[in-house]
This record gives sequence, C-alpha cells and structure tokens, in this order.
Amino acid sequence: MNVRQEFATKGAIRIQNVDKVYYAREGAVQAVSDCSLDIRAGEICMIVGPSGCGKTTLLNAIAGFHDITGGAIHLDGEMLCGPDRPKAEPGPDRVVVFQNGALFPWKTNLENVAFGPVMQGKMNQAQAREKALGMMADAGLSGVEHNYPGEVSSGMRRRVEIVRALMNDPKVLLLDEPFRALDSLTKSVMHEALLEIYYKNKVTIFFITHDLEEAIFLGHRVAIMTTRPCKPKKILEVDIPHPRNYSVLTSPRFRSLMEETVSAVHEEAVKAFEAGEKEM
Amino acid sequence: MAEGKPATSAGEIGAWAMFTYRFSRSLRSPTPYLMLAGFALFFGAWFLLSEVFRFWRFASLPGPRQVLIEWFNPNPVYGMSLYTPDYYMHVWMSLRRVLIAFVISTGLGVPFGLFLGWSRNFREFTFPVFETLRPIPVLAWVPLAIVMFRADETPVIFLTTLASFYATALNTMLGVQSIDPSFPRAAACLGASKWQIFRHIIIPGALPFIFTGLQISVGVAWFSLVAAEMVSGEYGLGYLINSSYVNVQYPIIIIGMMSVGIVGYTTSALVRVAGDYLMQWRVRELALGGR
Repeated sequence: MNVRQEFATKGAIRIQNVDKVYYAREGAVQAVSDCSLDIRAGEICMIVGPSGCGKTTLLNAIAGFHDITGGAIHLDGEMLCGPDRPKAEPGPDRVVVFQNGALFPWKTNLENVAFGPVMQGKMNQAQAREKALGMMADAGLSGVEHNYPGEVSSGMRRRVEIVRALMNDPKVLLLDEPFRALDSLTKSVMHEALLEIYYKNKVTIFFITHDLEEAIFLGHRVAIMTTRPCKPKKILEVDIPHPRNYSVLTSPRFRSLMEETVSAVHEEAVKAFEAGEKEM
Repeated sequence: MAEGKPATSAGEIGAWAMFTYRFSRSLRSPTPYLMLAGFALFFGAWFLLSEVFRFWRFASLPGPRQVLIEWFNPNPVYGMSLYTPDYYMHVWMSLRRVLIAFVISTGLGVPFGLFLGWSRNFREFTFPVFETLRPIPVLAWVPLAIVMFRADETPVIFLTTLASFYATALNTMLGVQSIDPSFPRAAACLGASKWQIFRHIIIPGALPFIFTGLQISVGVAWFSLVAAEMVSGEYGLGYLINSSYVNVQYPIIIIGMMSVGIVGYTTSALVRVAGDYLMQWRVRELALGGR
C-alpha cells in the first residue's frame, strides 16, 4: 500500500505564494495569484485546469522561461526564483517536454537524445550516443535512431522527447500537456509508456493537463486549479497503487475518484469559458 | 557529426538520388510535357510574329530562327556565336562577377541577418537604416559606385552585391524569427549556452529561409549585374547586350539575353541542390509528404 516507499529523495518542488502579473495590451492580467503547492520528491503531480487558467505560467516559472512577480519557488531547498531573483535559470535539472513537441527537426532522433550531455560538456559525442542508444532501446525506440523526427509518428516523437529529457538525469520532468495533440488511442499507449519509463527512472513529474481521466490514471496526486488567477482549488490523493495499467480505468475506485472531482473541474471550465480566456 | 552517420535501413537519401527520383517520376506526370508545350508556344508565337507574318513592330525584332542560326554559326555574320572565344569570355566574365558578388553578399548577408533576428538591440539599431537603403534601386547607385571605386571591376561587383545582400539578409532575419520559440527554450533546458543555442538551433532553424533568400539573391545578382555592366565594364553579357544595341547587331542582343536566362537558371538550380544537400531532414520530410 505504501506507494511512496521507493521514491527518489531528490526533486521536491516547493511553490510558495507565487504571484504572476502579465502586462498585456488590455492592461495587467493576474495569471497566478498566491499559489502554494508542495510537490513531493519522486511523485507524479498532475496539474488540472481549463485552457488558459495559468498553469503553463507556473511551469514556465519553474523552468525559468518567465519571471514571477511575487513569492518563491524552491527545488530541494534551493531557491530557483524568489524575491531577489525573479527569474530562474533554465537548466538540465528541470527539463520541459513541450505541448507541441520541441525535438529539433534538423537533428536525427539519436542526435536529439544525445544533445543535452554534449552541450553541458559532461560527455563527448561518442559517449553520449552510446548512452542515448541504450536509453532509446529501453524505451522501445530501437530502429528509429537515425531517422529525423519528421519521419516518425507523433507518439514516437513524444517518447523520443521524454527520453531526451531523461538523458540528463533531471530531478524534475515538466510536462506541458505533452499528449494533447495525440489521438485517444495513441494517448493510452503513451500513458502506459510514460509510467513504464517513470518506474525505471525515478523522477518527479510535474504534468499539466486538462484531461481529468489522464490526471487520475497517472498521478499520485491531482491538483485542480482555479481559472485565472491560478491557484490550487482542490488536491486529490489518488490512492490507487502503482504500478498501474489500463485496467485501472474500469475499477470502481477510479470511477468514484472521477465522480468526486469532475464537478470541481467542470465548474472551473465553465468559469473559464464565460470569461472567454485565451491560451497564453 | 564527426564519425558520420551509420547507414540504416532508412538509408541516406542524397541530393542526387532525390533529383533522379524526382526526375524519373516527373517524366510520368504531365509536368515536363506542359513545360515543353509552354516553350513551343512561346517560340512559335515569336517565330510567327517576327519572321512569318512580320506583324506590326515585331518586324524589327530578330526572329528565333535568325537568332539560333547566328548562335550556332561557325562563321557568324555579326562575329558572335558559340564558335567564337569572345562569347565565352563574356559569359565567363559575367559568371565570375556574379559568383564573387554572391560569395560576398552571402558572407555578409547571412551573419548580418542572423544577428538582426537574434538580437533585438541590434535589430532596433540597424534595421531602420537597412530598410531605408533597401528600396534604393541599384541603378541609382551607379554614379556613386563609379566615383567610389576607381577600377573597372569593383563598381560592377559592388552594384551586383548590393541587391543580393538585401535579399539574403532580410530572408535570414525572417528565418530566425520563424523559429518555434520552444526550440531555443528546449535547448536551454538541456543545458546549452547562448552560443550553443545560436550554433545548434538558430543557424539550422533559419536555414530553410536562408536558402530561399539565396535563391532570390542569385537571381537578383544577375538582374543587377546586367544593369551594372550596361553602364560600366568592358566585358560581360550586359555589356554585350548594350554594345550590340549601339552597333545595331540586334540578334546578338537576344543571344546575350538568352544566355543570361540559361546561365541564371543554372546558378539558381545549383543553389537549390546545395540547399537540399544541407537540409537532408527537410528533403526527407518533404519526400514523406509525397511532394
């Protein structure tokens, strides 16, 4: 029952009272307000909210793409961003997998996966390729190493991108609706693939989605966010033990968790719809 | 990659293999026959108007038969054909100038465009000046070019370089701006430094636009070269066209014009092949798209 016994000890994110104000044409927009969330080392924390609710803003702050207006974010006790340093430095301890995918189309899948350690000067080209070949084989990606990303299916591309992130032994994987563009059948394959990768590499996963079913299926915890300004509205402990597979979806516990949360999510979706929020 | 890519089942599709594949497939499509029909229509109309009916002002235009006979004549009436060394001298001088101008404009235009796209400060500092200079036609630069560069060759090369430089720099800048912002962010996440991002993301990401720019640039180079040669210089196809006009050798004007067309077409085709060679990933993606 104790699903967290094999957890990693690194990768705890502490989000404390984070504020983020954008200055757009229509004036100031409060994207995130007084948002606090503790993400435990090694857990899969799912962030659920309607499109444009400000959850990507939170991810961008952790990744170091944007500054924050107030509050602080710590990773394993070290401050990423806070009062005296509003913008974190992007780095290989927190790797992002992007919504639309960001494999470099001019590099082969293997070159993409080997990219990180070579850039950081941790490995030479040959070492990085060897490690990349091994990791790709583990993730069921043998045979597409020398293809360009544009030549393989979108599900494959996502897997390559996740492996590219894991090559750097990150503390945290930041996934921004990575499976959004996939059809639902491919998506279900990708969920199990992600879990399999997760069981082999203990990392903290910060996973943004607007799909509640995906959130409950994958996550240890699901944080349901309010629409802009974004802050946790309800945090759900998913007490279905890992390792999970697709049979979980039909289990009574899964159904009752869905029932418990679906109205909270729907409420926010209606609010977002009525406010006419656009994706930021 | 220094070690080279190992061959795989997917295999390397070289630019040449791609070309032959496209060529053999195009023979089975209407494309080449439409192209031939287009040329036939063009030359036929020209022939009928100028040589058969001698219709209106077309009577004073040399006909295609007359031009081709002169072009392939071992003893040309006006002293210029495929059999006279002078002809090749003109072609070579023009080609040489275009190549030099193309190398200079690419060497300056690509880095300039990359920095325009990459650095906002640099762009705000230089782009307004650049955009003010760009609309000035090459011909307006002729007097200044002759005053600034005393030698025979340099003013012509300067003028030829100018317009090409604009096309290359502008397209390179647009190329940098076209890069999906996720790419540099992903690279930063993976630990790449600013210069590594420039080298591994910005340059290859802008390459498709750069090559569009280079194709425009090589065409524009011929365009401005002929204008420049008409004004100054002693050799070259532009000079040939202009001097034949002065000497009332009208068929040679058309030989000069058609030579520019053929050599110009070849140079831009070479740029395209070089682009395909450097952008394998793109060639393969497009091949999958069935184009």
